[in-house]
Amino acid sequence: MTAPFIADAETLAKAQPSRPRPTLRVLTCGSVDDGKSTLVGRLLYERQLIFDDQLAALRSDSLRHGTLGEEIDFALLVDGLEAEREQGITIDVAYRYFSTPARSFILADAPGHEQYTRNMATGASNAELAILLVDARKGLLTQTRRHATIASLLGVRHIVLAVNKMDLVDYDEAVFERIVGEFESVAASLAFRSVEAIPISARDGDNVVADSANMPWRDGPSLLTYLENADVETDGGDAPLRLPVQWVNRRSDAFRGFAGAIASGRLQVGDEIVAAASGRKTTIARIVAMGGDLFSAAAPDSVMVTFADEIDASRGDVLCHPTNRPNVADQFAAHLIWMSDESLLPGRSYLMKINGRSLAASVTDIKHKLDVDTGAKSAAKTLSLNEIGFCNVATAAPVAFDSYDENRTTGAFILIDRFSNATAAAGIIAFPLRRATNIHLQEQSVSKATRARLKHQTPAVLWFTGLSGAGKSTIANLVESKLVERHAHTLMLDGDNVRHGLNKDLGFTEADRVENIRRVGEVAKLMVDAGLIVLCAFISPFRAERRMVRTLVGEQEFIEIFIDAPLDVCKERDPKGLYKRALAGEIKNFTGVDQPYEAPEFPELKVSSAERSAEAIADQIIAYLEANGMLGV
Amino acid sequence: MPLTPHLRRLEAEAVFILREAVAEFRRPVMLYSIGKDSSVMLHLALKAFYPAKPPFPLLHVDTTWKFREMIAFRDQTAARVEMELIVHTNEDGRKRGVSPFTCSSSAYTQAMKTEALRQALNEGGFDAAFGGARRDEEKSRAKERIFSHRTASHGWDPKTQRPELWRIFNTRLGAGETMRIFPLSNWTETDVWDYIAAENIPVVPLYLAKERPVVRRNGAYIMVDDERFPLAPDEVVESRRVRFRTLGCYPLTGAIESEADTLEAIIAEMRQASTSERQGRLIDFDESASMERKKREGYF
Ligand SMILES: Nc1nc2c(ncn2[C@@H]2O[C@H](COP(=O)(O)OP(=O)(O)OP(=O)(O)O)[C@@H](O)[C@H]2O)c(=O)[nH]1
Ligand SMILES: [Mg+2]
Repeated sequence: MTAPFIADAETLAKAQPSRPRPTLRVLTCGSVDDGKSTLVGRLLYERQLIFDDQLAALRSDSLRHGTLGEEIDFALLVDGLEAEREQGITIDVAYRYFSTPARSFILADAPGHEQYTRNMATGASNAELAILLVDARKGLLTQTRRHATIASLLGVRHIVLAVNKMDLVDYDEAVFERIVGEFESVAASLAFRSVEAIPISARDGDNVVADSANMPWRDGPSLLTYLENADVETDGGDAPLRLPVQWVNRRSDAFRGFAGAIASGRLQVGDEIVAAASGRKTTIARIVAMGGDLFSAAAPDSVMVTFADEIDASRGDVLCHPTNRPNVADQFAAHLIWMSDESLLPGRSYLMKINGRSLAASVTDIKHKLDVDTGAKSAAKTLSLNEIGFCNVATAAPVAFDSYDENRTTGAFILIDRFSNATAAAGIIAFPLRRATNIHLQEQSVSKATRARLKHQTPAVLWFTGLSGAGKSTIANLVESKLVERHAHTLMLDGDNVRHGLNKDLGFTEADRVENIRRVGEVAKLMVDAGLIVLCAFISPFRAERRMVRTLVGEQEFIEIFIDAPLDVCKERDPKGLYKRALAGEIKNFTGVDQPYEAPEFPELKVSSAERSAEAIADQIIAYLEANGMLGV
Repeated sequence: MPLTPHLRRLEAEAVFILREAVAEFRRPVMLYSIGKDSSVMLHLALKAFYPAKPPFPLLHVDTTWKFREMIAFRDQTAARVEMELIVHTNEDGRKRGVSPFTCSSSAYTQAMKTEALRQALNEGGFDAAFGGARRDEEKSRAKERIFSHRTASHGWDPKTQRPELWRIFNTRLGAGETMRIFPLSNWTETDVWDYIAAENIPVVPLYLAKERPVVRRNGAYIMVDDERFPLAPDEVVESRRVRFRTLGCYPLTGAIESEADTLEAIIAEMRQASTSERQGRLIDFDESASMERKKREGYF
């Protein structure tokens, strides 16, 4: 075989290990019915790894459910669910464990059916080597390519291309070579480090554990021999330290232990370490263990450490050495494998789980979607079940992470649907989009509540959103006047005014709009801390950004007021003549013209400026604030 | 004895899982069934939270038909580890006299195990329960997630399991739903014994061979553990050197003849074994899919 293959099975076989090789985590994948489960069953059977009682059960199950008449149907050894036996397919991953004198294996047998792709991904996420099965009669199918793509994305770097059912093509070498050639072009765009192709018959056992007499042309190890010798070790020993804090042990006031599994690297007592998000430094005082303290530990150990200084670290923080830190950012680019029946909605708030931390996150942009058949990238507005996209993701707060290429633990996340609690996506981080600064907070002795009490009011942000020309500024101005009449302490932040000062460096691209809103949100938060009622009038067209501010300021203190007016009405009003210019193409990215406006789904208040006067609306807002006890407290 | 890299990795993973659950759930509980797997799981919990005590109670679902030695061992263990032990029996079942001798094994399991477990979990308001089940035990367990989601009625739906990527567990629960968590998912029987030997973990002496009073019934040796055992006219109690590979309710647990009376000897014997450990469990043989059916109803 030619590049990009590193089919170095022979070298591998010669390099006899001095100590037993580490456990190998293997996945079988490929299209439906290509023989994955049969292969796993056969492998166990051939190695006499099936107990007598299990074999007896297999015989009777084969008669009842099997597809092969009197013969043993080895797939039934792993297809353990009733529904699987009835339908003759695999639905969910089965895990089997076995050892040979050479090494131990964890075998995950994935389902081939497209409907259950997420279960295949479940198996692939922890696998080091994948056996990709192909039916010799059918060759590569879309699902074969999908599985290859997902395996590659999820960091499986070693592939065995098992061309199966050779018995049905007369053990023809030409058929085998054709499929191998075809796969070469698929693999060219994927990230595999080694690919070994083996012609097999899972049903009859050819080339499974012993060389096949039916295929004398084949010169190379059997599948099991190959697996026993496969070297999948990454040069992980020198990887930088990553220790995500999982749980803080506060046994007593005196003891604070930080527990977690070392994702990569090593640490020892006396090491200077940093909590990535806060940038706070300390040294490792102890590595506490039940049998007696340890001096050092390395991945994948689970440890409990104590610090020399009281630094604040909590679940989701990542500990590292000061010289090599993870990224800390609230925006990054990532591949998403979509797993929910409900399609991805950019801007919608999902729950992200990353390094133990759960926080709000949304997809701000889908850069492209991947066609698993051709490898082509195309534009997309959404991702539906089993689709793969490359996206920009924004989180409610900065998080620590690495790129998945560098670290399969700290570069991974999942998205959870807030309503159904379903796991909506697997996320594979590529790179950060913006670096957050490492500034830690100052303790303050005068609190927000104290400042607010002096002013006899409940501080809040009144966030006016709506199309240009909907009347946000007019109404906000009226509300502010009415508040001041009531001796309330207020501040107005208006889109146009902010852009003359604080944000004069920003334009109107999507990224700049996000940043514009983020800064306004931060300022509003400070003013709320000062005890003020802050009125913000911004088009703020994206739900994700408004949610970001809501999260930043706090749910209790954020009042979203949707000034609703039909686009036609706004165009007609066109107080600043902007629609006319946008329609003429003079202004780009204008909301309502060439950029969408995402109306709030659950605003605290929704008012129609086309139907009522600004004065009446302002009164309605004041009434709302009074009804909620926010004035004159 | 230092742990092999293989065991060290399994230990680290189990400790990670235990801590994950404690960090994420409001009120976890550990199902403590007294057997070797429970002994390992408990030992791992002591390690995971040291120097604190594991921040959850132990729960034993007592069918009233456990071996007497198991009950004694249970109480000693709870005292040794200084953890709260909740013992729960389905009182309604006890009143109705549900026993393995009078009911079919599936009716018995349903009442005294599955239903009892549901009662105990509901009464304790537990949102997560650790179990010592391993995937290598049985073909439907081989399919189960480490964090296994259960409906409000404790049912398992194997066809719609949540994907479980990497070691990032989706721990979100809807109203009334719970999670079953299996820290030993990736352990084999051999791993469990190797670990017990390496870490010197106490286990019930029933695992070691000894002269015991047994009766031959349905091709298995059943131990006559107390006077409740109804002997058939043609049955004779004989004394044999036997031990158990798994422990459950004594009338339903088959012994094997063995000379292995040390840990080393049983490990050696196990490596030669030609039958699976579940063979001694009479309750699994009702039908090929019986374990899956029980799990769907809320069994561990
Ligand atoms: N002739 C022949 N048939 C085979 C071979 N391997 C598998 N089969 C048959 O192909 C059918 C499907 O096999 P499975 O092992 O269930 O396929 P699978 O890939 O696990 O299918 P899913 O898990 O549902 O995707 C069964 O009827 C097998 O007996 C082989 O090498 N030769
Ligand atoms: Mg299958």
